[in-house]
Parts: sequence; structure tokens; C-alpha cells
Amino acid sequence: MQVITYREALNQALSEEMERDERVFLCGEEVAEYDGAYKVSQGLLKKFGPKRVIDTPISETGFTGLGIGAAMYGLRPVVEFMTWSFSLVCYDQIINNAAQVRYMSGGQFSVPIVFRGSSGGGLQVGATHSHTPENWYANVPALTVITPAFPDDAKGLLKSAIRSNNPVCFIENEKLYGYKDEVPEGEHLIPIGKGKIRRAGNDVTIISNSGSTHRALAAAKLLAEDNIDAEVIDLRTIKPLDFDLIAESVVKTNRVVIVEENKPYAGWGAQVTYEIQKLLFDHLDAPVNRITSLDVPQPYNGKLEQSVLPNEERIIAGVRETLA
Amino acid sequence: MPTADKATKKGPSLSNSSILPPLDPQGKLQLYRQMLLIRRFEEKAAQAFQQAKIKGFCHLYIGQEAVAVGTISTLTAEDAVITAYRDHGHALARGMDANSCMAELFGKITGCSRGKGGSMHFFSAEKHFYGGHGIVGGQSALGIGLAFGQKYLNTGRVTICYLGDGAINQGAFHESLNIAALWKLPIIYVIENNGYAMGTSVSRSSAGDPLVKRADGYDMAGIIADGMDIDDVRAKTAEAVNLARTESLPTLMEIRTYRYRGHSMSDPGNYRTREEIEKYKKFDPILLYRTRLLDDKVTTDNALEAIDKEVTAEAQAAYDFADKSEEPAFETVYEDIFSPEDQIDEIPRRNLPL
Ligand SMILES: Cc1ncc(C[n+]2csc(CCOP(=O)(O)OP(=O)(O)O)c2C)c(N)n1
Ligand SMILES: [Mg+2]
Repeated sequence: MQVITYREALNQALSEEMERDERVFLCGEEVAEYDGAYKVSQGLLKKFGPKRVIDTPISETGFTGLGIGAAMYGLRPVVEFMTWSFSLVCYDQIINNAAQVRYMSGGQFSVPIVFRGSSGGGLQVGATHSHTPENWYANVPALTVITPAFPDDAKGLLKSAIRSNNPVCFIENEKLYGYKDEVPEGEHLIPIGKGKIRRAGNDVTIISNSGSTHRALAAAKLLAEDNIDAEVIDLRTIKPLDFDLIAESVVKTNRVVIVEENKPYAGWGAQVTYEIQKLLFDHLDAPVNRITSLDVPQPYNGKLEQSVLPNEERIIAGVRETLA
Repeated sequence: MPTADKATKKGPSLSNSSILPPLDPQGKLQLYRQMLLIRRFEEKAAQAFQQAKIKGFCHLYIGQEAVAVGTISTLTAEDAVITAYRDHGHALARGMDANSCMAELFGKITGCSRGKGGSMHFFSAEKHFYGGHGIVGGQSALGIGLAFGQKYLNTGRVTICYLGDGAINQGAFHESLNIAALWKLPIIYVIENNGYAMGTSVSRSSAGDPLVKRADGYDMAGIIADGMDIDDVRAKTAEAVNLARTESLPTLMEIRTYRYRGHSMSDPGNYRTREEIEKYKKFDPILLYRTRLLDDKVTTDNALEAIDKEVTAEAQAAYDFADKSEEPAFETVYEDIFSPEDQIDEIPRRNLPL
């Protein structure tokens, strides 16, 4: 199997889907001639031409609205945000238009669109550029929110997202673009709304996504040296949530630690915690623990930022507390 | 008083002679009928609002009828129309059925948005009516998307996107004008300058007069039309539509009009005088057209009275239909959120535990 980066996996997904369906086009800042701010769209302009790989002005509201209108008209746009942090500028278009038009029109208009781009902290780019927005979008009823952690999922989920007839927020992680792993060549679809056990274990269930899955796996490895056998679930899709997978694991381990980069107040883990206590209360031997980012704006300083993120040290402490 | 004198001439030039074929008497009466239907519909809606049959916000179009009817009469049935929340007039001018429009105001399942949109959010896929949008200026960005789709798919169709004089101060509008000009999209932006954004007059909200000057910075054609005169609206719009259709170029239009009623049904109207409203009523677009039709001997008083009777009955029938229609069943609250999938497996969604 090919071993490629998360970035290349995304590029393959885009390329294959554009080849497959003429209605798919990519637009965003620097996606064409510059080959993408993070090189995810490298080579696509050459392959598909300027009609379908389109550099936009720095007008998130304008080009996001354009994508939504085009989707209502029957095209299947992929709108790239240089980073999801900049999607705040067009929050209105995503929430009020992409996510409400179908409902408000009594089901007359579909919005088959993918919003995608990088996100997350850890790169010392300060508070404006380090957002982890999955919970903001997961709060909106009609939005589907996907956050892949591995290259194979990045490819398979992006292909599924482009084929979906509904608006999808596809939230990549800037720190993972260079991560290499095996990825199937050609047709490879990962179902939306299904999590995956990335490490099997019996003592505690760690639920995570995106960059946090890697932190959770690293922590699990260290815990194993201490004979603590953690199961790590990568949710992959934040909404809809794969609660069946969570339930299966929790019924086995009876202990849960959630690892998320969202800030704590109403981060996605708060919803998962609520559902677990509501539906699996009798299976819990300890309160659900949440390891989130700290409730502060993202600092620039590297050491400070690392302490704000849900780092391995805090995950391990959280697991020990749950097992105590 | 609205004037149509100053047209800015930056950007692609527009020819002066009207490119519209002359209307036969039938066509003229049809325009008259549409304007009057909107007026009678809105009067009925006002009445229903006072009876608390219509709730929430209800923005009436009375006084502005020549804008929607005039502009839309220059389009084909397949062209796209999108507007803001003051949308009843555009919907009716687009040929949407008065029954389903009134039923939407009443929140009934038979409404054009199944009772889920309300006054501000009318939609009709069949009539290429892309909504009724409640966020001021937000639809201007969707408009370029529709025009982009039309161009991408080589449809030969064009889009008209309406917005108010207040909405032109939203960033979304400027971002959209820039993209429309840059990418040569077949779109006509129509500013319906009715003098006010709620209680804020144009002179208190918008720098630069005329408003259409804002097209200049984007090298876009700009046209002013007299929104009280449907013939002027039609002639000017036809030029813009032609430019969009034949050269795929956008135009910004400022159509000067006036709303007689409050901003919405709950507007006390302290920001303007009775006299001002009365003055504008002398230039009423329906009255003006009626006088013209009679002066030109296109029709007779009796024929026009008959039209009034018809549309008054149509508005009453819409009221009765809406009143008798069913409320949506509770289960419908969970419908119309997601489109069914056909290229991937259905996504497993569940109602969240409460
Ligand atoms: C983003 C946003 N801000 C404020 C409002 C409240 N609001 C609704 S209509 C309106 C005035 C708009 O005036 P104009 O664009 O001139 O349109 P008109 O009502 O005259 O048709 C305002 C402020 C809104 N709906 N959306
Ligand atoms: Mg106004």
C-alpha cells in the first residue's frame, strides 16, 4: 500500500472526486496558482484548469456565499478556508445559509458543499490563528462535522464528504499535514458518522479526535508501560456521533476519559459526557473525565501553549484519576 | 420624489434605446394585474396580521410593486431570483401561487416553505425563486453563487439579486460586487431604494449619492431607474439583463421607490411625516400605470375594475385557503433538515437524547 502524508491523501481525494464529477470545483484563497497555503491543492490547477480550481479574493463571506449559492444551483463546491480560524468572518453564511436553507425552504433546496481547511493549536501562531472550531459547528443542527486524524481517514472521509448531498464542515489539522501512513490507492470511502478503535484495551476508554487522537495514543503507550491498558477511540466524525461504538467500549471498560482540543465550556466532550451519563450511567465506575484545552485564549509562547493544549502529561494524570 | 435622471456611466456602457419588444395590450394588463395582486395580497396580509393569524415579522411591499413586477417581467421563467425578507412581492411576481404564499404567512403545512420559513423566508425551486433571506445583505453572496452556477453550467441564464438601501452597507454586498465584476458573472443587483432602512433614512446611513456610484469602484455598469414607473423599470432592467445574458457582465441598479407602510407591522413610524407619505402616494406606481393605460386607450375603466375584482377575490381566496389549511404535524419538525444521500451510504443520524 502507498505510504503518503495526510496532505497528499487529501490531495488525492480532491483530485479523484474532481475527475469523477464535473460539478465539483475548488475555490479559496491561494488554492490555484500558489498551490494552496498548505499545499493541499498542489497540482490541481494544472490538472483541472482555472474554471474548476479558483483563486478567490480575501473575501470569506463572498466566496463562501458563492459556494452555497452554487450548491443550491446544483454544483458541488469545495470551499477551502486557509484556516478554519478565518471562517469566523463568514460564520453567518455557514450557519444562516448553508445550514438553514434546506429547512427554511421546506426541503426544496439541497446544499451539497464541503467547507474544509486547517485548524488547531500547537504551532505558536497566537490566539487568532489557533482555533479548534468543531464544537461551534457541531452545535448547528444541519451541519455534519468531520475531523480526521490519519491519512487513510483524511482521504476516505473527504471523498465521502464531497459525495454527500449535505453541508459538511471538514476540519483538518495543521499539525498533521506531514503525518505519513498507509493509504489505499484509488477508490477508498470511509463512512461518515463512524468512529474507529485505534488501540484496543480493557481498562479505560479514551475518546478523542483529530490531533488529540495522536496525543491519546502516545499517552496510552506510556500507560501500557505501567500495565494500564487503554482503549483509544478516534471519533473521526464529531457529528453525527458514533455513540454505538462508544457504548460498546464503555460497557467493557466502565471508565471514560475524553481528550479534546476544544476549550472546556461546551466543547464537544461536554455533549459526549452528557450522553454517556444519561444512557450508560449504570456502567460507569467513575465520573467521566475530560482533558480539554485550558479555558484561556491561545498564548504565543511555546511552553505556555503546550500547557494549554491537552498534553500527554495531563492525559495520563486524567486516566490515573479515573482509575483511582 | 424619485428620479431616474442620473445614471452613472462608468464600466461597460449601456445603450440608450430600449431593447424590449413593445408589449401588446394583454401584456400590459398582465403587469397591471400582477402589481394589483401584490397590493391586494399585502392588504389582506395586514388584516390577517391584525387578527393575529400572522405572527412574527411581516414586511409589506405596498408602494414598491413596480420594482418586482417590472424587473421580473424582463426575465425568462428559468432565470434566478433571490431577495431579502420583504419578499412577498417578488414571490408573487415570480408566479408563485398566492395560496401557498398566504399559507406560509399563516405558518401552515400548505405554505411555500411548509410553514418553516415564514414571511421572510419564501422559497420555490419550481419558480427558480431562491428565497427570501432574513439576514440583511446575506443573500448578496448567494446571488453570485447562483450566477456562478449559471455560467459554469453554460445555461445562458441570469440572476437578479435584490437588496435594500440599508443592506448596501453590509460587507457581504461589497465582497459580492467585487467577485461579480472580477469573474464576470451574469447577475443584476437591484438596490430597492425606498428611502429608509427601518427608521434610518438613506442620508443618515449611506455615504455617497447616488447609491449606484458604488458600482464605479468595481468597474461595473450602474443604472438608476424610477421605481414608481414600471415602464422605466422594465426598460432599464432589460438593458442590464441583456448585458448579463449576452456578455456575462454584472450591473448594479438603483431603483428609487417608496414604502407606504411601516418597516414591518410593528413600526410606529415616528421617523417620517404623514405629509411625506401622502406626497409619495401621488406617484403611486399602480395609479400611474392605470392612468397611462387609460390615456393610451389600451383598456377601459371597466376592464381595470374587473381586474381589481379578480385580484381582490384571489387575495381573499388565499386568506381562506390559509385559514382552513392544517397546522404542520409535530413530526415535520424533524423533516427537511438533511437531503437524502444517493452517492454514499445514508449517514446514521439520531435524535440526541434530551
Ligand atoms: C444582519 C442584520 N442586521 C440587522 C437586521 C435587522 N433589520 C431587518 S431589516 C433592517 C433594515 C434594512 O433596510 P433596507 O436594506 O433598506 O431594506 P428595506 O427594509 O427598506 O426593504 C434591519 C436593520 C437584520 N435582519 N440583519
Ligand atoms: Mg430600505
